[in-house]
Amino acid sequence: MRPFSYQRATDPDAAVQALGAAAVASNPLTKAAAQPLAGGTTLIDLMKLDVMRPSAIVDINPLASDWSAIEPGGGALRLGALARMSEVAAHDEIQRSYPVIADSLKLAASAQLRNMATLGGNVMQRTRCSYFRDVSYDNCNKRNPGSGCAAMDGVNRMHAVLGISDQCIATYPGDFAQALIALDATVEIAGKAGRRNLPFAQLHKVPGNTPDIETSLQPGELISAFAIAGRWPRSVYLKARDRQSYEFALSSAAIALDVENGSIRDARVALGGVATVPWRAREAEALLKGQRFDEGLAQRAADAAFADARGRRHNSFKIELGKRVMARALQQAVTMEI
Amino acid sequence: MPVDVTLRVNGKDKRLQLDARTTVLDALREHLKLTGSKKGCDHGQCGACTVLIGDRRVVSCLTLALAAEGQEITTIEGLATDDRLHPMQQAFVDNDAFQCGYCTPGQIMSAIACVKEGHANSDADIREYMSGNICRCAAYPNIVAAVKQAAPEIMKG
Repeated sequence: MRPFSYQRATDPDAAVQALGAAAVASNPLTKAAAQPLAGGTTLIDLMKLDVMRPSAIVDINPLASDWSAIEPGGGALRLGALARMSEVAAHDEIQRSYPVIADSLKLAASAQLRNMATLGGNVMQRTRCSYFRDVSYDNCNKRNPGSGCAAMDGVNRMHAVLGISDQCIATYPGDFAQALIALDATVEIAGKAGRRNLPFAQLHKVPGNTPDIETSLQPGELISAFAIAGRWPRSVYLKARDRQSYEFALSSAAIALDVENGSIRDARVALGGVATVPWRAREAEALLKGQRFDEGLAQRAADAAFADARGRRHNSFKIELGKRVMARALQQAVTMEI
Repeated sequence: MPVDVTLRVNGKDKRLQLDARTTVLDALREHLKLTGSKKGCDHGQCGACTVLIGDRRVVSCLTLALAAEGQEITTIEGLATDDRLHPMQQAFVDNDAFQCGYCTPGQIMSAIACVKEGHANSDADIREYMSGNICRCAAYPNIVAAVKQAAPEIMKG
Protein backbone atom coordinates (compact mmCIF):
# COMPACT_ATOMS: atom_id res chain seq x y z
CA MET A 1 0.00 0.00 0.00
CA ARG A 2 1.22 3.49 -0.79
CA PRO A 3 1.80 5.95 2.04
CA PHE A 4 -0.99 8.34 3.00
CA SER A 5 -1.76 10.86 5.68
CA TYR A 6 -4.58 10.10 8.11
CA GLN A 7 -6.86 12.58 9.76
CA ARG A 8 -10.11 12.33 11.66
CA ALA A 9 -12.94 14.64 10.70
CA THR A 10 -14.70 15.95 13.77
CA ASP A 11 -17.69 17.56 12.07
CA PRO A 12 -19.24 17.55 8.57
CA ASP A 13 -17.80 20.94 7.58
CA ALA A 14 -14.30 19.84 8.55
CA ALA A 15 -14.73 16.62 6.55
CA VAL A 16 -15.88 18.43 3.45
CA GLN A 17 -13.09 20.98 3.87
CA ALA A 18 -10.42 18.32 4.26
CA LEU A 19 -11.66 16.34 1.27
CA GLY A 20 -12.13 19.41 -0.88
CA ALA A 21 -8.71 20.83 -0.06
CA ALA A 22 -6.90 17.88 -1.61
CA ALA A 23 -9.33 17.44 -4.51
CA VAL A 24 -8.46 18.37 -8.06
CA ALA A 25 -11.66 19.38 -9.77
CA SER A 26 -10.89 17.69 -13.08
CA ASN A 27 -10.26 14.31 -11.47
CA PRO A 28 -13.09 11.83 -11.20
CA LEU A 29 -14.04 11.32 -7.58
CA THR A 30 -12.58 7.83 -7.53
CA LYS A 31 -9.11 9.21 -8.29
CA ALA A 32 -9.29 12.18 -5.91
CA ALA A 33 -6.16 12.51 -3.78
CA ALA A 34 -8.22 12.61 -0.58
CA GLN A 35 -10.69 9.82 0.10
CA PRO A 36 -13.22 9.49 2.91
CA LEU A 37 -12.91 6.43 5.15
CA ALA A 38 -16.13 4.98 6.56
CA GLY A 39 -16.27 1.17 6.92
CA GLY A 40 -13.17 0.82 4.76
CA THR A 41 -14.28 -2.48 3.29
CA THR A 42 -13.88 -1.26 -0.30
CA LEU A 43 -11.28 1.46 0.14
CA ILE A 44 -8.66 -0.42 2.17
CA ASP A 45 -9.11 -3.49 -0.03
CA LEU A 46 -8.53 -1.47 -3.22
CA MET A 47 -5.60 0.40 -1.68
CA LYS A 48 -3.95 -2.94 -0.88
CA LEU A 49 -4.51 -3.93 -4.52
CA ASP A 50 -3.00 -0.58 -5.62
CA VAL A 51 -6.19 0.18 -7.56
CA MET A 52 -6.91 3.22 -5.39
CA ARG A 53 -3.99 5.45 -4.46
CA PRO A 54 -5.13 8.30 -2.22
CA SER A 55 -2.46 10.39 -0.53
CA ALA A 56 -4.84 11.48 2.22
CA ILE A 57 -7.48 9.58 4.18
CA VAL A 58 -10.19 11.51 5.99
CA ASP A 59 -11.81 9.28 8.61
CA ILE A 60 -15.46 10.32 8.73
CA ASN A 61 -16.54 7.79 11.37
CA PRO A 62 -16.67 10.49 14.08
CA LEU A 63 -19.58 12.00 12.11
CA ALA A 64 -21.67 8.94 12.98
CA SER A 65 -23.27 10.83 15.87
CA ASP A 66 -24.91 13.11 13.27
CA TRP A 67 -25.17 10.82 10.28
CA SER A 68 -26.21 7.35 11.42
CA ALA A 69 -29.83 7.69 12.52
CA ILE A 70 -32.42 5.18 11.28
CA GLU A 71 -35.64 7.17 11.18
CA PRO A 72 -38.84 5.50 9.98
CA GLY A 73 -42.07 7.30 10.75
CA GLY A 74 -44.79 9.47 9.31
CA GLY A 75 -45.03 7.15 6.31
CA ALA A 76 -41.46 7.86 5.23
CA LEU A 77 -37.92 6.76 5.97
CA ARG A 78 -34.60 8.52 6.43
CA LEU A 79 -31.38 6.56 6.77
CA GLY A 80 -28.12 8.18 7.86
CA ALA A 81 -25.25 7.42 5.50
CA LEU A 82 -23.05 6.19 8.35
CA ALA A 83 -25.57 3.68 9.66
CA ARG A 84 -24.02 0.22 9.43
CA MET A 85 -25.59 -2.34 7.11
CA SER A 86 -26.16 -4.80 9.97
CA GLU A 87 -28.01 -2.23 12.10
CA VAL A 88 -30.41 -1.32 9.33
CA ALA A 89 -30.97 -4.95 8.31
CA ALA A 90 -31.88 -5.88 11.91
CA HIS A 91 -34.22 -2.92 12.50
CA ASP A 92 -37.77 -4.12 13.22
CA GLU A 93 -39.57 -1.30 11.41
CA ILE A 94 -37.33 -1.63 8.34
CA GLN A 95 -38.10 -5.36 8.21
CA ARG A 96 -41.82 -4.65 8.54
CA SER A 97 -42.30 -1.63 6.27
CA TYR A 98 -39.35 -1.96 3.87
CA PRO A 99 -38.47 -5.67 3.58
CA VAL A 100 -36.73 -5.02 0.24
CA ILE A 101 -34.23 -2.83 2.09
CA ALA A 102 -33.73 -5.20 5.01
CA ASP A 103 -33.25 -8.19 2.71
CA SER A 104 -30.95 -6.41 0.26
CA LEU A 105 -28.66 -5.62 3.20
CA LYS A 106 -28.99 -8.99 4.94
CA LEU A 107 -28.16 -10.94 1.78
CA ALA A 108 -25.01 -8.92 1.08
CA ALA A 109 -21.44 -9.68 2.14
CA SER A 110 -20.75 -11.36 5.50
CA ALA A 111 -21.75 -10.57 9.08
CA GLN A 112 -18.33 -9.00 9.71
CA LEU A 113 -18.45 -6.80 6.61
CA ARG A 114 -22.04 -5.75 7.34
CA ASN A 115 -20.91 -4.66 10.81
CA MET A 116 -18.26 -2.45 9.23
CA ALA A 117 -19.72 -1.18 5.98
CA THR A 118 -21.94 1.91 6.02
CA LEU A 119 -24.92 2.66 3.79
CA GLY A 120 -23.12 5.53 2.06
CA GLY A 121 -20.04 3.46 1.40
CA ASN A 122 -22.19 0.56 0.26
CA VAL A 123 -23.73 2.47 -2.62
CA MET A 124 -20.28 3.85 -3.54
CA GLN A 125 -18.60 0.41 -3.65
CA ARG A 126 -16.57 -0.27 -6.78
CA THR A 127 -17.09 -3.02 -9.32
CA ARG A 128 -15.75 -6.53 -8.71
CA CYS A 129 -14.55 -6.83 -12.33
CA SER A 130 -11.43 -8.95 -11.95
CA TYR A 131 -9.56 -6.94 -14.60
CA PHE A 132 -10.34 -3.70 -12.80
CA ARG A 133 -9.12 -5.18 -9.52
CA ASP A 134 -5.87 -6.58 -10.95
CA VAL A 135 -3.43 -3.82 -11.89
CA SER A 136 -1.26 -6.28 -13.83
CA TYR A 137 -3.84 -5.77 -16.60
CA ASP A 138 -3.06 -2.43 -18.22
CA ASN A 139 -6.18 -2.42 -20.34
CA CYS A 140 -9.00 -1.22 -18.14
CA ASN A 141 -10.86 1.88 -19.29
CA LYS A 142 -12.13 2.41 -15.77
CA ARG A 143 -8.64 2.49 -14.22
CA ASN A 144 -6.69 3.78 -17.23
CA PRO A 145 -9.03 5.71 -19.55
CA GLY A 146 -8.42 4.87 -23.20
CA SER A 147 -6.46 1.68 -22.47
CA GLY A 148 -9.14 -0.75 -23.64
CA CYS A 149 -11.14 -3.41 -21.82
CA ALA A 150 -9.70 -6.82 -21.01
CA ALA A 151 -13.12 -8.12 -19.98
CA MET A 152 -14.74 -7.72 -23.42
CA ASP A 153 -13.10 -10.87 -24.75
CA GLY A 154 -11.83 -12.18 -21.44
CA VAL A 155 -13.44 -14.13 -18.65
CA ASN A 156 -16.67 -12.14 -18.48
CA ARG A 157 -19.10 -14.54 -16.82
CA MET A 158 -19.79 -12.08 -13.99
CA HIS A 159 -20.16 -9.06 -16.25
CA ALA A 160 -23.10 -6.88 -17.17
CA VAL A 161 -25.65 -7.32 -19.96
CA LEU A 162 -27.53 -4.03 -19.43
CA GLY A 163 -26.21 -0.47 -19.51
CA ILE A 164 -22.98 -1.58 -21.15
CA SER A 165 -20.85 0.30 -23.67
CA ASP A 166 -18.02 -0.76 -25.95
CA GLN A 167 -15.69 0.74 -23.32
CA CYS A 168 -16.85 -1.15 -20.22
CA ILE A 169 -19.04 -4.07 -19.15
CA ALA A 170 -18.18 -4.03 -15.44
CA THR A 171 -21.11 -4.93 -13.20
CA TYR A 172 -22.33 -2.70 -10.40
CA PRO A 173 -21.95 -5.23 -7.58
CA GLY A 174 -24.17 -3.92 -4.76
CA ASP A 175 -27.60 -5.02 -3.53
CA PHE A 176 -28.93 -2.16 -1.38
CA ALA A 177 -28.77 0.29 -4.31
CA GLN A 178 -31.43 -1.69 -6.17
CA ALA A 179 -33.80 -1.21 -3.24
CA LEU A 180 -33.04 2.52 -3.18
CA ILE A 181 -33.57 3.06 -6.89
CA ALA A 182 -36.78 1.01 -6.86
CA LEU A 183 -38.21 3.11 -4.02
CA ASP A 184 -37.29 6.44 -5.67
CA ALA A 185 -34.89 7.36 -2.87
CA THR A 186 -33.35 10.79 -2.56
CA VAL A 187 -29.66 11.19 -1.72
CA GLU A 188 -28.73 13.97 0.67
CA ILE A 189 -25.27 15.32 -0.11
CA ALA A 190 -22.99 17.59 1.90
CA GLY A 191 -20.44 19.68 0.03
CA LYS A 192 -18.47 22.89 0.13
CA ALA A 193 -21.39 24.79 -1.37
CA GLY A 194 -23.77 23.43 1.27
CA ARG A 195 -26.33 20.64 1.14
CA ARG A 196 -28.03 19.38 -2.00
CA ASN A 197 -30.49 16.61 -2.77
CA LEU A 198 -30.25 14.26 -5.72
CA PRO A 199 -32.62 11.55 -6.96
CA PHE A 200 -30.83 8.26 -6.29
CA ALA A 201 -31.43 7.31 -9.94
CA GLN A 202 -29.06 10.15 -10.92
CA LEU A 203 -26.22 9.13 -8.59
CA HIS A 204 -24.63 6.39 -10.70
CA LYS A 205 -23.57 6.94 -14.29
CA VAL A 206 -23.56 4.33 -17.04
CA PRO A 207 -20.04 3.86 -18.44
CA GLY A 208 -20.59 5.25 -21.95
CA ASN A 209 -17.28 6.71 -23.13
CA THR A 210 -16.16 7.60 -19.58
CA PRO A 211 -16.22 4.45 -17.43
CA ASP A 212 -13.83 6.15 -15.00
CA ILE A 213 -16.64 8.50 -13.98
CA GLU A 214 -18.93 6.31 -11.88
CA THR A 215 -21.14 8.77 -10.02
CA SER A 216 -22.29 12.37 -10.15
CA LEU A 217 -20.68 13.14 -6.79
CA GLN A 218 -17.90 15.71 -6.97
CA PRO A 219 -14.61 15.48 -5.09
CA GLY A 220 -15.23 16.93 -1.63
CA GLU A 221 -18.87 15.84 -1.56
CA LEU A 222 -20.18 13.29 0.91
CA ILE A 223 -23.47 11.40 1.11
CA SER A 224 -25.07 12.24 4.45
CA ALA A 225 -28.41 10.38 4.20
CA PHE A 226 -31.00 8.63 2.05
CA ALA A 227 -34.68 9.51 2.16
CA ILE A 228 -37.65 7.45 0.97
CA ALA A 229 -41.28 8.53 0.71
CA GLY A 230 -44.04 6.09 1.53
CA ARG A 231 -44.09 2.64 3.13
CA TRP A 232 -43.45 -0.46 1.02
CA PRO A 233 -44.45 -3.51 3.07
CA ARG A 234 -45.14 -5.50 -0.12
CA SER A 235 -41.56 -5.61 -1.32
CA VAL A 236 -38.90 -8.28 -1.80
CA TYR A 237 -35.26 -8.66 -2.71
CA LEU A 238 -34.39 -11.90 -4.47
CA LYS A 239 -30.75 -12.74 -5.16
CA ALA A 240 -29.36 -15.61 -7.26
CA ARG A 241 -25.68 -16.39 -6.82
CA ASP A 242 -23.04 -19.10 -7.18
CA ARG A 243 -23.17 -20.01 -3.50
CA GLN A 244 -25.98 -19.62 -1.03
CA SER A 245 -24.35 -17.01 1.18
CA TYR A 246 -21.55 -14.44 1.11
CA GLU A 247 -21.46 -13.95 -2.65
CA PHE A 248 -22.24 -11.23 -5.15
CA ALA A 249 -25.36 -11.54 -7.27
CA LEU A 250 -25.35 -13.20 -10.65
CA SER A 251 -28.79 -11.71 -10.90
CA SER A 252 -31.10 -10.05 -8.40
CA ALA A 253 -34.40 -8.23 -8.36
CA ALA A 254 -35.81 -5.60 -6.04
CA ILE A 255 -39.59 -5.45 -6.31
CA ALA A 256 -42.07 -3.19 -4.55
CA LEU A 257 -45.78 -3.40 -5.31
CA ASP A 258 -48.97 -1.67 -4.32
CA VAL A 259 -51.76 -4.17 -4.94
CA GLU A 260 -55.43 -3.47 -4.35
CA ASN A 261 -58.23 -5.98 -4.98
CA GLY A 262 -55.85 -8.10 -7.03
CA SER A 263 -54.86 -5.23 -9.29
CA ILE A 264 -51.33 -3.77 -9.40
CA ARG A 265 -51.68 -0.04 -8.68
CA ASP A 266 -47.97 0.71 -8.57
CA ALA A 267 -44.96 -1.44 -9.41
CA ARG A 268 -41.28 -0.80 -8.85
CA VAL A 269 -38.71 -3.09 -10.41
CA ALA A 270 -34.92 -2.83 -10.13
CA LEU A 271 -32.31 -5.33 -11.25
CA GLY A 272 -28.89 -6.16 -9.81
CA GLY A 273 -25.93 -8.27 -10.89
CA VAL A 274 -26.81 -7.77 -14.55
CA ALA A 275 -26.15 -4.07 -15.17
CA THR A 276 -23.34 -1.53 -15.01
CA VAL A 277 -25.33 0.63 -12.59
CA PRO A 278 -28.28 0.11 -10.24
CA TRP A 279 -30.94 -0.62 -12.88
CA ARG A 280 -34.56 0.48 -12.86
CA ALA A 281 -36.74 -1.51 -15.26
CA ARG A 282 -39.35 1.14 -16.11
CA GLU A 283 -40.59 -0.69 -19.23
CA ALA A 284 -41.51 -3.61 -17.01
CA GLU A 285 -43.20 -1.34 -14.50
CA ALA A 286 -45.35 0.21 -17.24
CA LEU A 287 -46.54 -3.24 -18.32
CA LEU A 288 -47.41 -4.25 -14.76
CA LYS A 289 -49.36 -1.17 -13.71
CA GLY A 290 -53.13 -1.53 -13.74
CA GLN A 291 -52.95 -5.27 -14.47
CA ARG A 292 -53.96 -8.37 -12.55
CA PHE A 293 -50.98 -10.58 -11.85
CA ASP A 294 -50.44 -13.89 -13.57
CA GLU A 295 -47.41 -15.81 -14.81
CA GLY A 296 -47.87 -14.56 -18.36
CA LEU A 297 -47.74 -10.96 -17.18
CA ALA A 298 -44.57 -11.64 -15.17
CA GLN A 299 -42.97 -13.19 -18.25
CA ARG A 300 -43.89 -10.26 -20.47
CA ALA A 301 -42.58 -7.79 -17.91
CA ALA A 302 -39.31 -9.72 -17.62
CA ASP A 303 -38.96 -9.89 -21.41
CA ALA A 304 -39.45 -6.11 -21.55
CA ALA A 305 -36.86 -5.52 -18.82
CA PHE A 306 -34.21 -7.45 -20.74
CA ALA A 307 -35.21 -6.40 -24.29
CA ASP A 308 -32.00 -4.38 -24.71
CA ALA A 309 -29.71 -6.85 -22.92
CA ARG A 310 -26.58 -7.92 -24.77
CA GLY A 311 -24.48 -10.84 -23.61
CA ARG A 312 -20.90 -11.68 -24.44
CA ARG A 313 -19.10 -15.00 -24.57
CA HIS A 314 -19.55 -16.12 -20.96
CA ASN A 315 -22.41 -14.06 -19.56
CA SER A 316 -25.33 -14.54 -21.96
CA PHE A 317 -26.90 -16.92 -19.45
CA LYS A 318 -27.62 -13.88 -17.28
CA ILE A 319 -30.36 -12.75 -19.66
CA GLU A 320 -32.51 -15.84 -19.12
CA LEU A 321 -31.50 -16.10 -15.46
CA GLY A 322 -32.32 -12.44 -14.90
CA LYS A 323 -35.79 -12.85 -16.38
CA ARG A 324 -36.54 -15.85 -14.21
CA VAL A 325 -35.27 -14.14 -11.06
CA MET A 326 -37.40 -11.11 -11.84
CA ALA A 327 -40.52 -13.19 -12.55
CA ARG A 328 -40.05 -15.21 -9.37
CA ALA A 329 -39.52 -12.05 -7.31
CA LEU A 330 -42.74 -10.59 -8.73
CA GLN A 331 -44.59 -13.76 -7.77
CA GLN A 332 -43.17 -13.59 -4.24
CA ALA A 333 -44.14 -9.94 -3.88
CA VAL A 334 -47.69 -10.54 -5.07
CA THR A 335 -48.27 -13.52 -2.79
CA MET A 336 -46.45 -12.36 0.35
CA GLU A 337 -48.53 -11.92 3.52
CA ILE A 338 -48.50 -8.37 4.79
CA MET B 1 6.14 8.67 9.30
CA PRO B 2 5.03 6.73 12.39
CA VAL B 3 2.17 8.10 14.43
CA ASP B 4 1.58 7.67 18.17
CA VAL B 5 -1.50 5.59 18.84
CA THR B 6 -2.94 3.84 21.89
CA LEU B 7 -4.89 0.67 21.19
CA ARG B 8 -6.98 -0.98 23.88
CA VAL B 9 -6.51 -4.71 23.41
CA ASN B 10 -8.04 -7.35 25.68
CA GLY B 11 -8.57 -4.77 28.40
CA LYS B 12 -5.09 -3.26 28.36
CA ASP B 13 -3.87 -0.01 26.78
CA LYS B 14 -1.00 -0.53 24.37
CA ARG B 15 1.01 2.48 23.25
CA LEU B 16 2.44 2.06 19.78
CA GLN B 17 4.11 4.03 17.03
CA LEU B 18 2.56 2.92 13.77
CA ASP B 19 2.73 3.80 10.10
CA ALA B 20 -0.73 5.04 9.06
CA ARG B 21 -1.02 2.04 6.72
CA THR B 22 -0.95 -0.46 9.60
CA THR B 23 -4.12 -2.49 9.95
CA VAL B 24 -5.42 -3.73 13.29
CA LEU B 25 -4.36 -7.21 12.18
CA ASP B 26 -0.76 -6.15 11.55
CA ALA B 27 -0.68 -4.11 14.76
CA LEU B 28 -1.76 -7.21 16.69
CA ARG B 29 0.55 -9.66 14.96
CA GLU B 30 3.64 -7.62 14.15
CA HIS B 31 3.72 -5.05 16.94
CA LEU B 32 1.97 -6.69 19.89
CA LYS B 33 3.02 -10.27 19.07
CA LEU B 34 -0.58 -11.43 19.43
CA THR B 35 -0.42 -13.94 16.61
CA GLY B 36 -3.70 -15.70 17.37
CA SER B 37 -5.56 -13.59 14.82
CA LYS B 38 -4.57 -15.02 11.47
CA LYS B 39 -3.83 -13.46 8.11
CA GLY B 40 -5.52 -15.54 5.42
CA CYS B 41 -6.50 -13.46 2.41
CA ASP B 42 -5.73 -9.98 3.83
CA HIS B 43 -8.69 -8.68 1.78
CA GLY B 44 -11.70 -9.28 4.01
CA GLN B 45 -12.79 -12.42 2.22
CA CYS B 46 -11.84 -15.30 4.55
CA GLY B 47 -12.61 -14.18 8.11
CA ALA B 48 -9.43 -15.65 9.67
CA CYS B 49 -8.55 -12.23 11.12
CA THR B 50 -11.94 -11.68 12.82
CA VAL B 51 -11.76 -9.79 16.13
CA LEU B 52 -14.35 -7.94 18.19
CA ILE B 53 -14.28 -4.16 18.23
CA GLY B 54 -16.65 -3.18 20.98
CA ASP B 55 -19.26 -5.93 20.68
CA ARG B 56 -19.07 -6.07 16.89
CA ARG B 57 -17.17 -8.69 14.94
CA VAL B 58 -15.07 -7.17 12.17
CA VAL B 59 -12.30 -8.23 9.84
CA SER B 60 -9.15 -6.70 11.31
CA CYS B 61 -7.30 -6.83 7.96
CA LEU B 62 -9.52 -4.06 6.54
CA THR B 63 -9.55 -1.96 9.72
CA LEU B 64 -6.89 0.72 10.07
CA ALA B 65 -5.26 0.70 13.49
CA LEU B 66 -5.51 4.50 13.70
CA ALA B 67 -9.25 4.29 13.11
CA ALA B 68 -9.61 1.77 15.97
CA GLU B 69 -8.05 4.05 18.58
CA GLY B 70 -10.19 4.44 21.68
CA GLN B 71 -12.21 1.30 21.02
CA GLU B 72 -12.12 -2.01 22.88
CA ILE B 73 -10.46 -4.70 20.76
CA THR B 74 -10.93 -8.33 21.83
CA THR B 75 -8.84 -11.09 20.27
CA ILE B 76 -8.73 -14.84 20.74
CA GLU B 77 -6.00 -14.28 23.36
CA GLY B 78 -8.47 -12.30 25.48
CA LEU B 79 -11.09 -15.04 25.89
CA ALA B 80 -9.78 -17.57 28.40
CA THR B 81 -9.78 -16.70 32.10
CA ASP B 82 -6.96 -18.19 34.18
CA ASP B 83 -6.85 -21.81 33.07
CA ARG B 84 -10.46 -21.93 31.95
CA LEU B 85 -11.30 -21.81 28.26
CA HIS B 86 -14.14 -19.63 27.02
CA PRO B 87 -17.25 -21.79 26.43
CA MET B 88 -16.88 -21.34 22.66
CA GLN B 89 -13.23 -22.44 22.77
CA GLN B 90 -14.22 -25.47 24.84
CA ALA B 91 -17.05 -26.27 22.42
CA PHE B 92 -14.66 -26.22 19.46
CA VAL B 93 -12.41 -28.71 21.30
CA ASP B 94 -15.34 -30.90 22.37
CA ASN B 95 -16.78 -31.06 18.86
CA ASP B 96 -13.52 -31.43 16.94
CA ALA B 97 -14.51 -28.28 15.06
CA PHE B 98 -11.24 -27.87 13.21
CA GLN B 99 -8.60 -29.77 11.35
CA CYS B 100 -5.59 -27.56 10.54
CA GLY B 101 -6.76 -24.86 12.94
CA TYR B 102 -5.75 -21.84 10.88
CA CYS B 103 -9.26 -20.40 10.58
CA THR B 104 -10.19 -21.37 14.15
CA PRO B 105 -9.40 -18.13 16.05
CA GLY B 106 -11.50 -16.20 13.52
CA GLN B 107 -14.25 -18.83 13.66
CA ILE B 108 -14.39 -18.62 17.45
CA MET B 109 -14.47 -14.82 17.58
CA SER B 110 -17.14 -14.77 14.90
CA ALA B 111 -19.14 -17.52 16.62
CA ILE B 112 -19.25 -15.64 19.92
CA ALA B 113 -20.66 -12.58 18.16
CA CYS B 114 -23.04 -14.76 16.13
CA VAL B 115 -24.54 -16.09 19.37
CA LYS B 116 -24.76 -12.68 21.04
CA GLU B 117 -26.43 -11.17 17.96
CA GLY B 118 -29.16 -13.79 18.31
CA HIS B 119 -28.25 -15.56 15.09
CA ALA B 120 -27.59 -19.03 16.47
CA ASN B 121 -31.15 -20.27 16.78
CA SER B 122 -31.03 -22.92 14.07
CA ASP B 123 -28.49 -24.76 11.94
CA ALA B 124 -29.54 -22.69 8.93
CA ASP B 125 -29.14 -19.45 10.88
CA ILE B 126 -25.69 -20.45 12.10
CA ARG B 127 -24.56 -21.42 8.61
CA GLU B 128 -25.84 -18.14 7.16
CA TYR B 129 -24.38 -15.90 9.84
CA MET B 130 -21.06 -17.77 9.97
CA SER B 131 -20.59 -17.63 6.19
CA GLY B 132 -17.94 -14.93 6.50
CA ASN B 133 -15.53 -17.48 7.98
CA ILE B 134 -14.14 -19.85 5.41
CA CYS B 135 -12.76 -23.24 6.54
CA ARG B 136 -10.75 -24.89 3.78
CA CYS B 137 -10.65 -28.15 5.75
CA ALA B 138 -14.46 -27.97 5.61
CA ALA B 139 -15.04 -28.63 9.29
CA TYR B 140 -18.38 -26.87 8.89
CA PRO B 141 -20.69 -29.53 10.39
CA ASN B 142 -18.61 -29.66 13.55
CA ILE B 143 -18.38 -25.86 13.70
CA VAL B 144 -22.18 -25.69 13.63
CA ALA B 145 -22.29 -28.29 16.42
CA ALA B 146 -19.80 -26.28 18.49
CA VAL B 147 -21.76 -23.06 18.12
CA LYS B 148 -24.95 -24.86 19.16
CA GLN B 149 -23.24 -26.35 22.22
CA ALA B 150 -21.80 -23.04 23.42
CA ALA B 151 -24.79 -20.83 22.64
CA PRO B 152 -26.89 -21.48 25.79
CA GLU B 153 -23.95 -20.94 28.12
CA ILE B 154 -22.94 -17.70 26.38
CA MET B 155 -26.51 -16.40 26.44
CA LYS B 156 -26.68 -17.18 30.18
CA GLY B 157 -23.73 -14.79 30.43
